Amino acid sequence: MTVPAEHALVLAAILFSIGLAGVLARRNIIFMLMSIEIMLNSAGLAFIAAGYKNGQADGQVMFIFILAMAAAEVAVGLSLALRVYGSFKSLDADAASSMRG
Amino acid sequence: MEALFYVSGTVAMISTLRVVTGKNAVHALLYLVVSLLAAALVFYSLGAPFIAALEVIIYAGAIMVLFVFVIMMLNLGPGAERQKKGLLDPKAWAGPALLALVLVLELLYLFAGGGLEGPPRAAYINPKAVALALFGPYFIGVELASLLLLAALVAAWHLGRREKEGIR
Repeated sequence: MTVPAEHALVLAAILFSIGLAGVLARRNIIFMLMSIEIMLNSAGLAFIAAGYKNGQADGQVMFIFILAMAAAEVAVGLSLALRVYGSFKSLDADAASSMRG
Repeated sequence: MEALFYVSGTVAMISTLRVVTGKNAVHALLYLVVSLLAAALVFYSLGAPFIAALEVIIYAGAIMVLFVFVIMMLNLGPGAERQKKGLLDPKAWAGPALLALVLVLELLYLFAGGGLEGPPRAAYINPKAVALALFGPYFIGVELASLLLLAALVAAWHLGRREKEGIR
């Protein structure tokens, strides 16, 4: 009457694939950042599933580190998005490819 | 506990798909919050209640609020008023509300089964074990995470300065 850890890993893989498809397909910086959040969260889910399988706390410790990393990443990413919008008046990721040093 | 995992996993998949395929950033953000809440229930069903609480507080609470702030700051143009009206349209929030209702029903089901006060299950890992591991063998990771957060703070401050004060 318990969930097999493999099913949790499959769920993590599906969520990661959706997030990866979002990063590759979308050109809006906000949507790309959201997709990156989805990917980080699914990586954390894989860690939780591994800790659940082994009955160890290490998976949850790694999830806490991923949480701190996601917070740092989203702060820098969103301030970069604001700066790109201020410079190019667009949130399109391809708009920044025309910059020159 | 099995049904909890599969139902909330399905909710997470549906709402995540709607995030990636969404057109409006605010609507996608609503679906992303629902997706993270569903992931919290998945974590609870995998015997990690502390991580489920952290997911709700930090991911769905703090990080999503950052996204909301940025989207609000970017919507200062003439389109902002139309956007606000569009958010009150039931078509915008009916989908996330329906998925969140499924999660609330799951939570009620959990409470009805004495979920939080029932006997600890086999795979349950309590927060004390997590804390002992975090501040024991993984203490260097805590230090590195604090350095990373400090670097992110400095970077966000630098990038967020007004243009006339700094470079460009």
